[in-house]
Amino acid sequence: MIRLEKRKEPSRIWRIANPFLAVALTMIAGGLMFAALGKDPLVAIRLIFFDPLFSETFASYSRPQLLIKAAPLILIGVGLAIGFKANIWNIGAEGQYIIGALFGAGVALAFFPAPGWYIFPLMILAGAFGGFLWAMIPAILKTRFNTNEILVSLLLVYVAERILAAMALGLMRNPDQPGFPGSRDLRRYEAAHNAELIANTGMHWGGVAAMIAVIFAYVMMTRHMLGFHVKLAGQAPRAARFGGVSPARLVVICLGISGALAGLAGMFEVSGPGGQVRIEFATGYGFTAIIVAFLGRLNPLGVVLAGLLLGLTYIGGELAQMILQIPGAAIQVFQGMLLFFLLALDFQTNYRIRLTRGAAA
Amino acid sequence: MTRTTLLKVEGLSKSYPGVRANDDVSFRIAEGQIHALLGENGAGKSTLVKMIYGLVRPDAGRMELRGQSFAPGQPSEARKSGVAMVFQHFSLFDALDVAENVALGMENPPPPRDLARRIRTVSEEYGLPLDPSRLVGELSAGERQRVEIVRCLLQDPKLLIMDEPTSVLTPQEVDILFRTLRKLAAEGTAILYISHKLEEIRALCDEATILRDGKKIATCDPRERTAREMAELMVGELLTPPERPARPRGDVVLAVEKLSLKSANPFGTSLKEISFQLHAGEVLGIAGVAGNGQDELLLMLSGELRAPRNQVRLRGQPVGHLGPTGRRGLGVVAAPEERLGHAAAPDMSLTENALLSAARRKGLEQGGFIDWARTEAFARQIIARFDVRTPGPHVLARALSGGNLQKFVIGREIELDPDVIVVNQPTWGVDASAAATIRQALLDLAGKGAGVLVISQDLDELLEVADSFAALNEGRLTRVRSARGLTVEEIGLMMGGSGDMQVAHEAAE
Repeated sequence: MIRLEKRKEPSRIWRIANPFLAVALTMIAGGLMFAALGKDPLVAIRLIFFDPLFSETFASYSRPQLLIKAAPLILIGVGLAIGFKANIWNIGAEGQYIIGALFGAGVALAFFPAPGWYIFPLMILAGAFGGFLWAMIPAILKTRFNTNEILVSLLLVYVAERILAAMALGLMRNPDQPGFPGSRDLRRYEAAHNAELIANTGMHWGGVAAMIAVIFAYVMMTRHMLGFHVKLAGQAPRAARFGGVSPARLVVICLGISGALAGLAGMFEVSGPGGQVRIEFATGYGFTAIIVAFLGRLNPLGVVLAGLLLGLTYIGGELAQMILQIPGAAIQVFQGMLLFFLLALDFQTNYRIRLTRGAAA
Repeated sequence: MTRTTLLKVEGLSKSYPGVRANDDVSFRIAEGQIHALLGENGAGKSTLVKMIYGLVRPDAGRMELRGQSFAPGQPSEARKSGVAMVFQHFSLFDALDVAENVALGMENPPPPRDLARRIRTVSEEYGLPLDPSRLVGELSAGERQRVEIVRCLLQDPKLLIMDEPTSVLTPQEVDILFRTLRKLAAEGTAILYISHKLEEIRALCDEATILRDGKKIATCDPRERTAREMAELMVGELLTPPERPARPRGDVVLAVEKLSLKSANPFGTSLKEISFQLHAGEVLGIAGVAGNGQDELLLMLSGELRAPRNQVRLRGQPVGHLGPTGRRGLGVVAAPEERLGHAAAPDMSLTENALLSAARRKGLEQGGFIDWARTEAFARQIIARFDVRTPGPHVLARALSGGNLQKFVIGREIELDPDVIVVNQPTWGVDASAAATIRQALLDLAGKGAGVLVISQDLDELLEVADSFAALNEGRLTRVRSARGLTVEEIGLMMGGSGDMQVAHEAAE
């Protein structure tokens, strides 16, 4: 008979080991999946995790891609991690990312073709504000009417996608090329272009913003009362109220921070690697960032490592798709498995599994 | 009178990591006997009855039930053999009615209509009135206990185990319960009665087994011993009652006027027209059976429930609209009943828990930034001054025993140097020496001129510390009267809600 025993204290060893174990298990289960698809599992795993960084043929292209993919994941993930610590579940970062991109692009398109140093900073503010605004919808509905922020924020992703499509086809469509859906290419508008800062590194302003956000989040969570209140509200809501934490205020702060950071990520993407407002602009960073937050143990520094790893699976996935003709969905399954294994393994952080001799009554 | 032995316990031992919960315990219970199991918190009473009820397996020793070997692997086996248990904490569902709750606890519940009839019969026969169709959420604590007892009686037990049954009852309800238990005993059911209230045991029980530190200390006839003798056996030392130097009563520090407030909890009790005044240097005791508005009263005073601005005043200044942080800033602190999860966060260290309520008042944060070194020093200070037994401030709150955590929580609030302190059940589940420390600390604080408000269900405790006295009943507070010369019977009447006339009469003294 298998018995579960609650541990007196959560196991520290498992807490740290589980993300690594989850990655290993994902490789094994993913390998089995690739084998079932008729591909050589070892080649596929090497293509996903190794070749993007070290292969002579691909690395020159894909190495810079790592930061390009990881920057939005880290930026969004670090904000989500703060909310998750407080048990405030923003599942709709993808929507906030889209709206942030639209606000940022909107500012750029409004100024086009004027030059000016102030345009890019304005876009940054607008992007953060857009994401913040979109996150305030679930926040206010929750504090006023006690709705569930998980559902509201998630469903608002689909609303945001509709707005994105409408913008790409309507208001923001490039007037010089009316035959094509999509806005002007912001990479060709110097005042609005989020260019690579150091050639061939993939480092753009989004990466800088992600580093700043990580440092701020780390300081807030370890040294500031706000971080203490976030942890308190997540672990013991009644003790938090006793300590003077206002639950409504915390909901607004947590959703606001994660929304603004997601909006920033969207803005840096649309003005840089993405380039223009297109229907297919959103590629799921907002959802993958949920995995990043958990895999990083909701710790800002952990989020950096997890963001890099999941960034790698994006690039490696594309590579595997190109070379082995593995379907694109397989890589999403791969990412999903990672979260699945992590959550399953986390069970043993709090519980001990005991095998006992069956005592059938 | 010689009676046949029902249950024989021989050499039972049980160890947990770091603790020897039971060490070679032996005793016998005869049929129809009311047998007390007496001991302090942590003496091993719970472990012992859990072994008899099949919840815990002994490491060594054996039991015999009516001469047959008895080793229940789980509670259902114990119930089959005729052993039933009423727990201290009820396992009832608020949203279900009485009959449904009873059915959930039975192996083979009869059809609902039969069950309702049987519940009525049994409850009337034993003097425990209970309507099977009422929602449990609407019942008082005493009535909930009846549901648990009736659930056991329907199984026709040979041995009924009761774990601290009177802690939630008024004195009058205790009388009803005792009558029921005596009737059961007269019919041949043995009762194993767990308690640390000595007078109760002297009034009810035929025999008492006393445990200390997991070992059996003595078996005696409680009616032949004085309460003092039994207390000494139980504690193993002489206890000194707290000192109460006479102190002058100062000005009014806290005044609540005609305050009505709705409970945030659908099964909670709303406060109705509460009025009282608390003076500097005064200890005001508030009695009442659990669930009569104690939680709401504490939340209202701590600021977790906001009140209308002018109806709560601190030294004349309106504070009703302020939250916990604002009130603490002005000198009103509180220690709620539930230590783990309310007064302290279970999975946080003592250092973090020290920060919980002391951040602002102790200057542990500046501009929102936490000074962890000072916070840790503050936690160490509480641990040292209030004799909290723990390896250090890095330990998680939930790793502490109830008594130690309570000393930490009360100590933290006292260290804030408050003008008013409100505590709910300050010594609930705390061993006698820790309880004495806590009571003394509260009296010392009053001696320094603070107003102390103690909400408690333990009347002995209130009589020991309080200068003045009031009772909560269904969210209403009786008038405050002097505690001098007050008897337990008078308090019982106040708690039952019928004491007001008498109080009015005595207020004229």
